[in-house]
Amino acid sequence: MPLLELDNIVVEFPTRRGPLEAVKGLSLDLDEGEILGLVGESGAGKSITGAAITGLIEPPGLIRSGEVRLRGARVDNLPADKMRRIRGKEIGAIFQDPLTSLNPVYTVGEQLIDTMRVHLDLDQKTARQRAIDWLAEVGIPAPEARLDQYPHQFSGGMRQRVVIALALCAEPKLIIADEPTTALDVSVQAQILALLKRLCRENGTAVVLVTHDMGVIAETADRVAVMYAGRLVEIGDVKQVIEEPLHPYTRGLMASIPQIGIRDRRLTQIEGAMPGLRNAAPGCAFAPRCPRAMEHCHSIRPAPQDAGTGQVACHFYGETS
Amino acid sequence: MTPQITPDDILSVQNISKRFDVSEPFLNRVLERRPRRILTAVNDISFDVPRGKTFAVVGESGCGKSTVARLLMGLHTPSGGTIRFEGDDITRMPPGKPAALRRRMQMIFQDPYASLNPRWRVRDIIGEPLKNFGICKNNAEVTREVEKLLSQVGLNPADAKKFPHEFSGGQRQRLSIARALTTRPELLICDEPTSALDVSVQSQILNLMKDLQDEFNMSYIFISHDLAVVWYMADVLAVMYLGKIVEVGPKEEIFGNPQHPYTRLLMETVPKLTVGGSERVPVAGEVPNPISPPSGCAFHPRCPMANDTCRSVAPALNLREGGQKSACHAADEERLKPWLRMAAE
Amino acid sequence: MSNFMPMLYAFWDSDITYSFRKSRVAVISALVLLAIFLTAIFAPSLAPQDPFNIAELDLFDSELPPAWVEGGSAAYLLGTDTQARDVLSSIMYGMRISLLVGFASVILAAVMGVALGLLGGFLGGIVDAVLMRIADVLLSFPPILVALLINGVLRSALPSSAQAESALIVLILSIGLTNWVQYARTVRGSTMVERRKEYIEAARTLGTGKLAIMIKHILPNVLGPVLVIATINLGMAVLTEATLSFLGVGMPPTQPSLGTLIQIGNEFLFSGIWWVVVFPAAVLAILVLAVNLLGDWLRDALNPKLR
Repeated sequence: MPLLELDNIVVEFPTRRGPLEAVKGLSLDLDEGEILGLVGESGAGKSITGAAITGLIEPPGLIRSGEVRLRGARVDNLPADKMRRIRGKEIGAIFQDPLTSLNPVYTVGEQLIDTMRVHLDLDQKTARQRAIDWLAEVGIPAPEARLDQYPHQFSGGMRQRVVIALALCAEPKLIIADEPTTALDVSVQAQILALLKRLCRENGTAVVLVTHDMGVIAETADRVAVMYAGRLVEIGDVKQVIEEPLHPYTRGLMASIPQIGIRDRRLTQIEGAMPGLRNAAPGCAFAPRCPRAMEHCHSIRPAPQDAGTGQVACHFYGETS
Repeated sequence: MTPQITPDDILSVQNISKRFDVSEPFLNRVLERRPRRILTAVNDISFDVPRGKTFAVVGESGCGKSTVARLLMGLHTPSGGTIRFEGDDITRMPPGKPAALRRRMQMIFQDPYASLNPRWRVRDIIGEPLKNFGICKNNAEVTREVEKLLSQVGLNPADAKKFPHEFSGGQRQRLSIARALTTRPELLICDEPTSALDVSVQSQILNLMKDLQDEFNMSYIFISHDLAVVWYMADVLAVMYLGKIVEVGPKEEIFGNPQHPYTRLLMETVPKLTVGGSERVPVAGEVPNPISPPSGCAFHPRCPMANDTCRSVAPALNLREGGQKSACHAADEERLKPWLRMAAE
Repeated sequence: MSNFMPMLYAFWDSDITYSFRKSRVAVISALVLLAIFLTAIFAPSLAPQDPFNIAELDLFDSELPPAWVEGGSAAYLLGTDTQARDVLSSIMYGMRISLLVGFASVILAAVMGVALGLLGGFLGGIVDAVLMRIADVLLSFPPILVALLINGVLRSALPSSAQAESALIVLILSIGLTNWVQYARTVRGSTMVERRKEYIEAARTLGTGKLAIMIKHILPNVLGPVLVIATINLGMAVLTEATLSFLGVGMPPTQPSLGTLIQIGNEFLFSGIWWVVVFPAAVLAILVLAVNLLGDWLRDALNPKLR
């Protein structure tokens, strides 16, 4: 049984001009210990998918239909207090801005110790020792002294290390990391990614890594799911998606990233922009920008089909191979 | 000092500095005996921008690269040094004045959501400089010129009636570019113009900027933290760290044969778009607080090559074999090459 | 004219009018206020009597109770006072004065506060420091005390013969000069946020002057909160006017505002002529309540976080 299953979830934000569908029917599985990259442009629905897993969709948004299952048990319809227990114990969360995950009025140690005592049934002394171990584990120098400091006394990179410790300390089986390095300096990003990857490997923790950065994915993920306009367009092993993508959108996206050493007069560009959430065109959402679009791409929406190491949702793929 | 401007340079910057007073309010200083706190954002830097080329400035946040852009545009007054544009001293000129000189330099900002007044229509946003600088005589001319500029940056002339919120991030950045083009500038300063955009849109904007550079024969100062983007855009490149230029020279040389450990490590941070290659070595540590920078070479706490000289004496920008300059004792003392060779392996 | 209908539709369909239509409290408050404003504006033609025209007063009709009470007369719906003035007409005329003072002092305070807030926030430095210290001093006294003080100073500066005629101006000035601080602080805060935005830097590099930047760029972007404060302050200003008049330093009995009416009526409260004080007080309460409820709605409607 997969650790996590998303079964055709639809996330909707009601507005007075009718509901906005941010995620329009998304299914994917995640195995124990696996790192899945969830990529897409802003507005593709990747962060909202992450929030749907952790039950943190901001009201009035809601999961309109579909199921989120953790080890086969539905978690999307749980009452708020039960979900709160699952978050932390079963699912950890890391966000872009470390300050939003840390409570400014408690010391770093208090937050770590509290989290562990709530979820792991430890006494104060053991929990404190474990908290020190965790700070050392995430690479914070002088962990005993820093345990009693407040979040604002840490630098940006150090704060994100604390957040990682906080997300992992209750030993969850799954971490949702939403743009965990975007707010950090480039020279710190690599440190944090390497740390996250190492700790999750060591503890057998699965990760859903939400990001817009293909470089981060290439470096960290085992499998990649590419989202476009609220739907999955391609999912597969990282090597395939990065090096030999099947969907024309993924291909365009990969080609448009400037790379050091490659001497091109012009970058490959995808014309136009992603359609807004209100777009209700019947066909493939990428068709208006797609260099390979055929007539029925505009009228019939392609269903995900097995391809390569995963799936791809594209008429072109089905008809040429 | 005599201006070293050569006919090939459009802009020449000599020993420019900018210090910000970030002290606490007067009463707190007096009653709590707090010292004045000075942040040196730009610390005595010099560079020349070649005509018709792109001069890129790279560095992490807080290195002073955006302050450099604002000093050149006159948005900040320098604490010292001189800026010469085509031989004219523009060091302490307010932005926009004198019009004849300032029109020749324009700027594109980082945040497409903050750089356009949300309450103005596109026609008025792009029309503002046309009126301010007296480029158009009457409203009909302004409208005609705005529509022409909109189509030049790949937008619809009918968009002139819209408000900024009706556009996507990439389209807004096109509006910003159109506004900067109104004065037909010779030098365009671009402060992280694509860092707020998605990659598929970033490539559209970068291509557009290259096309416009060719079409109007503009020189660019291109500020970015993204080395891959800089690789694509730059001809000449300066790497900044804590308010100092640590390495400057032709792009090919700096990317091919960096002569400063920071440049080398910064390149290491660029994710490779290949899977399963060698793990990259992250740079240790973080950028120190610029209010109290490290002594000597500011990079020494993070530098694998640091020795006692590095900890006490600030290195000078010296010319290296490849034609670039770098500020590094290890390079001066021939200690850098073996390390670079080792790091490459 | 051709694009008037689409514009009207866009206004009807905008978020703010939608939120208005959805809020029953806002709609009722607005209707109540509209009724009060119209009554005040057209008081001379609507009122059954001109209470200041002695020729119209009949002393035999003095101290009549409201029409539905025994001894009341249908001609005087809300009864009459000791000088046979129709209470309903007095209230209608009194509202004119109260609202005039309210609106004028709000406009004075808003214009002054917005201008000073813009200057302080945009220029910073010594200008800002001086303005804000003055504001701090004003804020450290109860507003009614400041208004009394300004009122006292202005009155003593005027010759006693001119005091009755200038009472209106003195009131507007004293209330307006008391209330500008709130506008100034709010506008200063938003100005300091706006002036750091890149569109202001862009305007500077594009040759726009400081004054034009303040008026054309920053002002439209800081007016939202000003509208909310102005609405809530209208209620406050009407109340302050009533308080000053009640204390005897506001409108004279020859030109009574709602506050003056309450003050006059208060003297007869214990002689059983309750209607002379209760009705003006009720109108004042309804007016201020409606203004405040509308202000609360506006604050929520303009706050994107609450939507």
